[in-house]
Amino acid sequence: MTAAVAKVYRWEIAKLLAQKRTYLGLVSAMAVPLIFVVVLVLQSGGPNDVPLGRYIRDTGLATPFVVLFFMSIWGFPLITALVAGDIVASESQNGTLKTILTRSRSRGEIFVGKILASITYTLVIVFAMGIVGAVAGSIAWGFHPLTSLSGTQVSAAHGVALLAGSLALYVLPLAGIAAFAVLLSTVTRNSAAAVVGALMWALLMQLLGVLPGTEAIRPYLLGTQFEAWHGFLRIPADWTPVIRALWVCALYIAAPLATAYVVFLRRDVAGD
Amino acid sequence: MSESLPISTTGLVKRYGDIAAVNGVDLTVERGDVFGYLGPNGAGKTTLLRILLGLIRPTSGSAKLFGRDPLVDGVRALDGVAGFVEGPRFYSYLSGRKNLELLADYDGDGARSRIDSVLELVELRDRAKDRVGGYSHGMRQRLGIASSLLRQPRLLLLDEPTTGLDPAGMRDMRDLVRRLAGEGITILLSSHLLNEVEDLCNRVAIIRKGGIVYEGPLNELLATAATGYRLRATDPERARVVLLSQGGVDGVSLVEGQLRFTADEEAVGRAAIALGQARIGITALIPETASLEELFLGLTGGESSDHDREAIVA
Repeated sequence: MTAAVAKVYRWEIAKLLAQKRTYLGLVSAMAVPLIFVVVLVLQSGGPNDVPLGRYIRDTGLATPFVVLFFMSIWGFPLITALVAGDIVASESQNGTLKTILTRSRSRGEIFVGKILASITYTLVIVFAMGIVGAVAGSIAWGFHPLTSLSGTQVSAAHGVALLAGSLALYVLPLAGIAAFAVLLSTVTRNSAAAVVGALMWALLMQLLGVLPGTEAIRPYLLGTQFEAWHGFLRIPADWTPVIRALWVCALYIAAPLATAYVVFLRRDVAGD
Repeated sequence: MSESLPISTTGLVKRYGDIAAVNGVDLTVERGDVFGYLGPNGAGKTTLLRILLGLIRPTSGSAKLFGRDPLVDGVRALDGVAGFVEGPRFYSYLSGRKNLELLADYDGDGARSRIDSVLELVELRDRAKDRVGGYSHGMRQRLGIASSLLRQPRLLLLDEPTTGLDPAGMRDMRDLVRRLAGEGITILLSSHLLNEVEDLCNRVAIIRKGGIVYEGPLNELLATAATGYRLRATDPERARVVLLSQGGVDGVSLVEGQLRFTADEEAVGRAAIALGQARIGITALIPETASLEELFLGLTGGESSDHDREAIVA
């Protein structure tokens, strides 16, 4: 990262930290696992039909994995789109884009800084959920060994490492949604359109995955990659979904970003 | 040497569909100019500034700032150049100082060290910690100037800098522009306010429907206007006869007891003496001073809106 991009990135983060919508998403991401744990403490049933759901009361480490499943449908995509869809459009709408474009940073540097900030935010919300979920779950049910998807137990420390890897892998499809939101944000110059459009895109990807007759394309849908972390939770690890998620998500990230980059570099910045 | 001109445009065109917002503009702004870019609303003033600042791409032609084309050289063409279009815009959720820190970091080149001095210059130091969202329009305009000065510009592009300001704010802004010009900064001032341009600028371009209808020194433009006078006298009928007999006095008319005529200053002096010698008392001799407005309306086809006309007369 060049020094110029680093400066733009730092200010993009500072701008995010000064806006309410940033905290709306972050607090939501942290509140969901908390509410989840409180509800399960108060009730006797459990999410037995989702991965690791039946082990939810065995160890607090299971909590974030279970929440990952529930939040992949629209929770995380919405929070991601809320920020990524706004990152260019709000500056177009408020006229600040022309303020920063008439300084000494190139459009390319500004664009890269914004992308890095969007992805950082996605990373932060996912890990914030993971940490809060693990801590809240551990308070409720203890910090014990984790039962893997293969049925064998791994130590709590090993479980933490698996959680970190799973969260990192989970960020990839979200980054794909963020990339699409940035594309819409750049092209439409309208924050609401970009947020809603990106959410629709995420839901469409999920829908395609459950429709009959889509089995052939299912492994390559963005929504499917939200389950890639299951590969880590098998003993021994199943690397097939993990590696597929890496390259499939790379395509879902690169294509919209490349398009958005070209549009951003060439577009007229007039009174939007 | 044309390469070092602060601004030079050649055959500049910007089309939006069938409409040419900028239509074949050839413009030259020289070092030290305070150049007035005058035109009614919608005449294409802001579009030209957007092209100069690299915000939009011209359909054809070229625009250069100190010999550099924003289209070719990108943001490097803005070295030594600062300004804003359609009013300065800032992050309303950040303080004035934070906004300047952000822009200074975007500029580099020691701009951060100048923040205090530019805030002082525009008299915003006391409010620098407040969020820009709470600033008045005038304060935002001043912050816009401050943010431009962070770049230590040799050329300043200002788009209607006094629009929306109260009379005191307008006066302060004009004083500031005058002071910056005095420091040797070349200024391109887009405006639809004639008195502002007359007050500040040494050269003007008057534009209509995207094209330039006059470009040159302001005093030459004013000199092309015949100087008119209104005269009230104790005996208007006899005064008319005296005026008609005077050389250098033209267009004499008598309407509702008031005489109107055109003459240069020397001829007016002679006419006043002749009236006195004819024992006709002069109760009022008033030069018509709104000539730039008339010229402007004539050149632009009188197409300014009512709002503009009020502003022009104000």
